[in-house]
Amino acid sequence: MRSRFRLFKKVKLIKLAALVIVTGAVALGASIVSAGQAHADDEESDLYWEYSGSASLDLRIFPDSALHSGQRDQHLNPSIVLEPEFLVEWNDGDDRIDFKPFLRLDAQDNERRHGDIRELKYLHVDDGWDLKVGADKVFWGVTESRHLVDIINQTDGVEDTDGEDKLGQPMINLGIQNEIGDFNLFAMPYFRERTFPGRKGRLRSSLTVDTDKAEYESDLEEFHPDFALRYATVLGDWDLGLAHFYGTSREPRLLVKTDSNGAPVLVPHYDIINQSSADVQATFDEWLWKWEGIYRRGQGDDFVAFSGGLEYTFFGLIGDAGDLGVLAEYHYDGRDEDDAPGTIFDDDIFVGARVTLNDVEDTDFLAGMIIDRKTHARSFTIEADRRLSDRWTVEGELRLSDGIISSEPLYDTRRDDHVQVRFNYFF
Amino acid sequence: MSKKLLTTVFSLSLVAFASGVALSSAAQADEAADVAKGTAVAEEWDRRDWGFGDTESYMQMQLENRHGDQSIRQMRQKTLEVPGHDDGDKSLTIFDKPRDVKGTAFLSYAKIFDPDDQWMYLPAVKRVKRISSKNKSGPFLGSEFAYEDLSAQELKKYTYKWLRDEPCGELKCSVVEQTPTYENSGYTKMITWYDLAEYRQQKIDYYDRKNKLLKTLVSSNFKQHLGKYWRPYDMYMENHQTGKKTRLIFDKIEFQTGLKESELTKNSLKRVK
Repeated sequence: MRSRFRLFKKVKLIKLAALVIVTGAVALGASIVSAGQAHADDEESDLYWEYSGSASLDLRIFPDSALHSGQRDQHLNPSIVLEPEFLVEWNDGDDRIDFKPFLRLDAQDNERRHGDIRELKYLHVDDGWDLKVGADKVFWGVTESRHLVDIINQTDGVEDTDGEDKLGQPMINLGIQNEIGDFNLFAMPYFRERTFPGRKGRLRSSLTVDTDKAEYESDLEEFHPDFALRYATVLGDWDLGLAHFYGTSREPRLLVKTDSNGAPVLVPHYDIINQSSADVQATFDEWLWKWEGIYRRGQGDDFVAFSGGLEYTFFGLIGDAGDLGVLAEYHYDGRDEDDAPGTIFDDDIFVGARVTLNDVEDTDFLAGMIIDRKTHARSFTIEADRRLSDRWTVEGELRLSDGIISSEPLYDTRRDDHVQVRFNYFF
Repeated sequence: MSKKLLTTVFSLSLVAFASGVALSSAAQADEAADVAKGTAVAEEWDRRDWGFGDTESYMQMQLENRHGDQSIRQMRQKTLEVPGHDDGDKSLTIFDKPRDVKGTAFLSYAKIFDPDDQWMYLPAVKRVKRISSKNKSGPFLGSEFAYEDLSAQELKKYTYKWLRDEPCGELKCSVVEQTPTYENSGYTKMITWYDLAEYRQQKIDYYDRKNKLLKTLVSSNFKQHLGKYWRPYDMYMENHQTGKKTRLIFDKIEFQTGLKESELTKNSLKRVK
């Protein structure tokens, strides 16, 4: 019983505290400097603040029994998520501080029971440039079924299997906007390690990942400074982005080692990489054409990977005003099989359909299937969401896999097909 | 001022007049005269809005279904006037309520004949998406307003024909038939009541693709800004075919706030305030 009250392991708590202090101090320092300037102009220095956020109740239902030893063999996995948001603005919103902590309380998995600073940043917006200091989330890319070029933030791997949940990344980000396009420079002084489900959790590999033993190529470990540069522009119907990243790979290699008891565990190993990327979307009436690609050095042989596809929408096809969108994407990844982190997207096709009812409740469905061209392994996803009232929404999610062979990364989660129902309350 | 259009209308009416004389067809001459008269009314409406510069509006949408159940949307819209008749205005809409879409933002560069350029910002994933603007006739946030009802009303988006003058409340109105010139409109025509005192659109009847009466928009509570520009603070749209209603109420409209072009870019979506 006692262990239930031990929310976080000591190490995690210390790291989290360090992160809060570093980002908080930098954000506060920057804002004090700017607040000093703000007082010069009486009318503009009006302070505006806002408190909002959401609380969610999650229920995962696993029809199959757990496969691996140590997993809690329960078919129901309830958890609670809290995500408040605090915002302070002055100078008519040109200066602001955003704070968005995150907390999940999971009944079964100690690792999934975790907190994070999703955002704690000071932002200054000026004519033609902006500056951001603190922790934030940044998204790059255009495709739907894989986010290949999106590299600034670490994946919060205990949250979901789709890799769309991200940990807050401490950064200094200078943006410059002019007629040529938008330039963004990022300096990232601290690296966030990927999270993995714990021994008791579902949706994990048969060997657990010991995140406390993480290894780094750089002697500076998580304090290795990472840098990125992105250029984005719009040319008529074309939206274009080019970027380069130098620093700690967000994807770790997982090495088999032994723990203190001599039992085998997986240890994350983070390499230093250089990654160049491009992403393009062309928008022609109902057609969206999307492509993104990377060239990466630093994990075995240099390799390229790309994702490309299209989305076509039949507007007003369903009922009074509902839209049907059909999607198809292809993923190729030429990474080194031995010296690069594994991926499920080596040679895969995604097909999907999106239904947007355009009703008062904003009802949406997205169904998709990823099929491996070589092994014919398939995984399916159906997502749906709908507003219940001004403060409540409900989401449903179904994840299934089929025909996964033992050499696939998904083999270890073959008994983890599940349904998730989530109720969100907004305040 | 669109000299081209006036010239076109003028030459068209000349041609029509000439052919009318040639064929001794009074009807054709009447038709041309009605087109010229309708166009003149719309031009006056358009001219009176020139030079508004930019606006920032705070608004609330009240959606009501046929059972009387209500739901509320709250949003702000920044609009930047793009001078001339060949490009439409730029606008940024930020949603505040319902709370689950808070922070969602929508950027639109209106075009006259081409599809608009549109981007959407999704705050939960911090993603800016370029979206297709083909669905002009689609509902805006599940309301009875279609995208095309709310996007920038540009003179060249319609052809005009005067139907009659008649009293509208205490005012006198010109009733003008407007036909969309752009593709993918959900309407075959609109009948618009312009009051002849200030050339405001008091009422619009929308006719669907089967030419049946679909919706009626009644605008009221007009207020004048900067001694010149009129804006309705209450727009009430009723769908006659479904019985659903949407009332759009403006709490505040500010003119010439000093809105910069750089605040209405794809990049600015990520930092909306």
